[in-house]
Amino acid sequence: MEQRPLKKLVESISKTVKSFKKSEIECLIRLFCSLAERPSGKLANARLDCSTFRGILHNIFGMTDDTLMNRVFSVFDKDGDNYINTQEWVKGLSVFLRGTFEEKMKFCFEVYYLTGDGYISREKIFDMLKNSLSQQSPEEENEEGIRELVEISLKKMDHDNDGKISFADFEKAVKKDRLLLEAFGPCLPDAKVVTNTILKVDERKISLTLYNVCVCVCVCVCVCVCVRYACHVLASFMPT
Amino acid sequence: MGVALTRSAQWTAAGYGTGTLEITPLNESILNEINKFVESFIYKYPQEAKFIFVEPLEWKTNLEPSAFESGYIISEMIAKSEEVDKDGEPLLFLSVPHIQVRSFGQLAQLLSAAKDNKLQEAQACIEANRDPIVKILGSDYGETKEDSTTLTILDTINKDNETYTKRKIAILLKQLDLHLLNHSLKNISLEIRLNPATFKKDIELLKRFSGKGEQTVLESIEYTSDYEFSNGCRAPPWRQIQGEICYVLVKPHDVDTLCITCSAEGVFLNGGKTEEEGQINYERQGEIYKDLVTCLKDKSPVFSENMSKQEIRFNEEQQRDPQVYEKSKTEDVQLSATSSEKNKMEKNQINFGKSHMTKRLEPSLNWRATVDYKDHKSFIKDSQEEKQGKFEKSSASVSSGRAQLLRKGGEKVGETTSESSSESEEDEEPPDHRQEANADLPSEYWQIQKLVKYLKGGNQTATVIALCSMRDFNLAQETCQLAIRDVGGLEVLINLLDTDEVKCKIGSLKILKEISHNPQIRRNIVDLGGLPIMVNILDSPHKSLKCLAAETIANVAKFKRARRAVRQHGGITKLVALLDCGQNSTEPTQPSLYETRDVEVARCGALALWSCSKSHSNKEAIRKAGGIPLLARLLKTSHEDMLIPVVGTLQECASEENYRAAIKAERIIENLVKNLNSENEQLQEHCAMAIYQCAEDEETRDLVRLHGGLRPLASLLNNTDNKERLAAVTGAIWKCSISKENVIKFREYKAIETLVGLLTDQPEEVLVNVVGALGECCQEYENRVIVRRCGGIQPLVNLLVGINQALLVNVTKAVGACAAEPESMVIIDRLDGVRLLWSLLKNPHPDVKASAAWALCPCIENAKDAGEMVRSFVGGLELVVNLLKSDNKEVLASVCAAITNIAKDQENLAVITDHGVVPLLSKLANTNNDKLRRHLAEAISRCCMWGRNRVAFGEHKAVAPLVRYLKSNDTNVHRATAQALYQLSEDADNCITMHENGAVKLLLDMVGSPDQDLQEAAAGCISNIRRLALATEKARYT
Repeated sequence: MEQRPLKKLVESISKTVKSFKKSEIECLIRLFCSLAERPSGKLANARLDCSTFRGILHNIFGMTDDTLMNRVFSVFDKDGDNYINTQEWVKGLSVFLRGTFEEKMKFCFEVYYLTGDGYISREKIFDMLKNSLSQQSPEEENEEGIRELVEISLKKMDHDNDGKISFADFEKAVKKDRLLLEAFGPCLPDAKVVTNTILKVDERKISLTLYNVCVCVCVCVCVCVCVRYACHVLASFMPT
Repeated sequence: MGVALTRSAQWTAAGYGTGTLEITPLNESILNEINKFVESFIYKYPQEAKFIFVEPLEWKTNLEPSAFESGYIISEMIAKSEEVDKDGEPLLFLSVPHIQVRSFGQLAQLLSAAKDNKLQEAQACIEANRDPIVKILGSDYGETKEDSTTLTILDTINKDNETYTKRKIAILLKQLDLHLLNHSLKNISLEIRLNPATFKKDIELLKRFSGKGEQTVLESIEYTSDYEFSNGCRAPPWRQIQGEICYVLVKPHDVDTLCITCSAEGVFLNGGKTEEEGQINYERQGEIYKDLVTCLKDKSPVFSENMSKQEIRFNEEQQRDPQVYEKSKTEDVQLSATSSEKNKMEKNQINFGKSHMTKRLEPSLNWRATVDYKDHKSFIKDSQEEKQGKFEKSSASVSSGRAQLLRKGGEKVGETTSESSSESEEDEEPPDHRQEANADLPSEYWQIQKLVKYLKGGNQTATVIALCSMRDFNLAQETCQLAIRDVGGLEVLINLLDTDEVKCKIGSLKILKEISHNPQIRRNIVDLGGLPIMVNILDSPHKSLKCLAAETIANVAKFKRARRAVRQHGGITKLVALLDCGQNSTEPTQPSLYETRDVEVARCGALALWSCSKSHSNKEAIRKAGGIPLLARLLKTSHEDMLIPVVGTLQECASEENYRAAIKAERIIENLVKNLNSENEQLQEHCAMAIYQCAEDEETRDLVRLHGGLRPLASLLNNTDNKERLAAVTGAIWKCSISKENVIKFREYKAIETLVGLLTDQPEEVLVNVVGALGECCQEYENRVIVRRCGGIQPLVNLLVGINQALLVNVTKAVGACAAEPESMVIIDRLDGVRLLWSLLKNPHPDVKASAAWALCPCIENAKDAGEMVRSFVGGLELVVNLLKSDNKEVLASVCAAITNIAKDQENLAVITDHGVVPLLSKLANTNNDKLRRHLAEAISRCCMWGRNRVAFGEHKAVAPLVRYLKSNDTNVHRATAQALYQLSEDADNCITMHENGAVKLLLDMVGSPDQDLQEAAAGCISNIRRLALATEKARYT
């Protein structure tokens, strides 16, 4: 890998992201490069598309919910070009791995409200929670249950009673009870993963772990893609 | 009162026709209530009290005509009231032994005349008048026609004055009835509610005593249905809702087949089985009985008769433990084929029982085991042998009284089961109240139920939301706590702990932590196996999780079984490990969801250990896990939150000898003393308490002084608002003042004056310690003066009339210490303190007796005119002498000391000699206890001064054992013994005995002792022996 552009990139990023050391940033960039596609071969242009990123979220950070992973991708993707570039990668990971409570709170809120007016509305909550009950009960009953759950969560978090959750509402509720940080679905990495990753970065065994992660990720992405493809194929055979 | 009397009063079922009331606490309380009602009637309702009963209440009384006073015309056999009705008939007419009463006023008069026999009179009255309401008000008001009563009342309302009064009385009686029912409800609720098992047992038993023949109790007894539901009921489900359990067809010898319903409320006759459809008419046909046997007794006279013959056996059966029961059942199966043989056997059994009247109460079922014996005689012999051997144990409980045996079977079963269950669990566990299904449920109940549904069926996200909103309920409120349990939330919460989801675990623990303040919930958590899971969580890498788990354990481990579970699952070691992480403080930079401060972890660990440390084995486990150094280290921190549980744990553990040694070794005292100066009252309390526990040890007491702990202790005395702390502080002062140097310090700090001030208006826990401290302080002259000057003697003497054992021991000691001062003694004497001390010799607790006797010694010694004073206590000397029969060494020693002082007065010595002090003292001589030996020897030497007591001691063989005392290692014993021997050696025979027992050589050694008194006494004794020898020689040669 070219050393000079890398150094330059590290320099520029380290100005905005304070929670990582330069060496750590370098590691992260290397990791990024190994995962990303590089259309023009240049470091600065390296980018991740949505499905690869979701693979990473799934395999490294243990997330499972498709919709939420898409949302996380959109939040990572600050400039909205449907790709994650180096800067966005490091910034996003800084929240993921080293984020303060406030940063994480903001991140979660962004994931939940996604687009629009900066509020989490009743409908959005319903969307996010619709898979949260086991599917054994009949459809209508299940939907009824989720509606009630939405009301319960609104009652819990909507302090100004306007039927939607503003950031102020969210902040107040989460500060009162930290368990509500990921109230509408997991969008942050597992605690275990965070500690492990931090350890790896700290211990400078990065090259080795990097390699492992790369291999692992690649294999997993492949498997994922295959499985998903297979699912699609199967689904197409199934009678609707 | 009718309902209460028929339903809740316990009538003996033995007799029929006119039953008698059993003597049970329930009946007694009902009678008492009725008496109260009647007695107050005349004051509350004077108008109604004049109302004349429709029919007089008649019964046989034990009252004599002379019991009545003014207002009655009295002759030898007859008394009648001056009060008469409009026909001129007296309202009360007594013609021994029959009595007739016709108004409430007279009833009340009668009760007051009966004085102590009120209960018997009321009982006799109610027994003779089974339906008093009908007699009082006429048959219209009988409770059987309850509905029509109201109608007639409505009809006749306001018609005339008499009906009005009648109505009022009816209402009053109704109220009394309700009151009685409520009153007896308390008692009844204590009894076990009938359940399928009870019935099953009863029916099984009755079955075994049924069959053809005269002696059996029933011809047959059978269930209507063979199918038994899993809950033990045989009634169809729709009837089970009504509480009905099963139906039985009973064929007694004398009446037709009865169809009986057994329900949870009791046993009653139903409409019977209709022939054609085989259906049962479930309607109740008669009154409700409390169990099957009672019901049958009422229905069938033959059953009742035969039952009373077999009752003992029946009860016996019911008491047996299930194993034996099972065994005999199988034997029964073998036997059932030969039922005629069985009957014969049974007859034998009954004959046997009659011929051995005294043995009737013993278990008599062992004939089953001896079926093969054909020979009648050998059978009896054998069963008798067996009886004495095998069943001795069970007969012990049986022979406690016939009355007890005659109580009803159901009760008996209830008692035995509850006994066995309490054996396994002797904790202070409260009874489990499940919420009644149809009781009014609060709205929280339904909301919580909904949330629990999400916990059960939701994924992680839904679960977290549900957990969070569950915490919005007031979890400190019992309704919510129980609601969570009753909708099955507890199981789910505990299951969540077993998952990998950290957030769910945290949420669940947060709720468990809150609701486990409820004792019932604690028990449920343990029952559901929550503790092992929580103990495992203590290993989690997430600190906040550890904290929460430890805190929850701290709440749950409030009772023994839970503490044991924590220990058995290795919880103690893990909790001790939590204490360790307080030190390597790498505080996390950003507070995240899962992290908390290390100090917090240690605090929670200490909190949990505090709860656990209430069990002896846990204390040991904490020590073995290396907890003490860690606790000592945590004690150096300055966080109050941390210090309280740490000191609490130490205080709890300091009751163990091992710990006290370790506490000394770990230099914990220093920090305890430091924390006495803290601002936190609770912390101060626990520190003082820990010092109180540890200061049993002399070195520790010195350490407290060296670290300057006495001053804060003394200054804390001035704040008397917090009684718990005051108790702990005074306790610490008491124990510390056992060391003389500490007492000097306390005097410097003016603590003694303050202590005297605390002698009044304090709770007993404080008083015990204050008095204990004063008792120690008063061992010194200066302090005695201070106590007297501050007026401490009066309150001390006042405390002598208490009943608290610990307090009395300390008070007597303190008073005794004060009495060492003649001036104080004058005050004590004036306040009659000696008499109070003397009366404490009658106290049942040996410690109090001993302490009182010790206190009497200085009193007698220092009182002016002590001999006269002692004689003035009537029976006092006899009491003291009789205490020599005690088997407590301390009591004996103290009484000997008291006798030594009493015997200083010649006249008193004469009196105690007459009471037989000499043989009693002689009997004690064979003891190894040095303390007792010393005081005994002193007493003997004193008692020798009278009459022929010296000779008497010799006759009672007290001399030889005394000689052996000289071989003891205690100089005090030597001195006392030498003096006693010197006194005894005035008698020639004693000298011979001494010489024979080798006293001379031992005494010769004593002559060389540095103790002058001992020297002198030994020399005197030897000279007496020698003189005797010379005299005999002289006599021989002249």
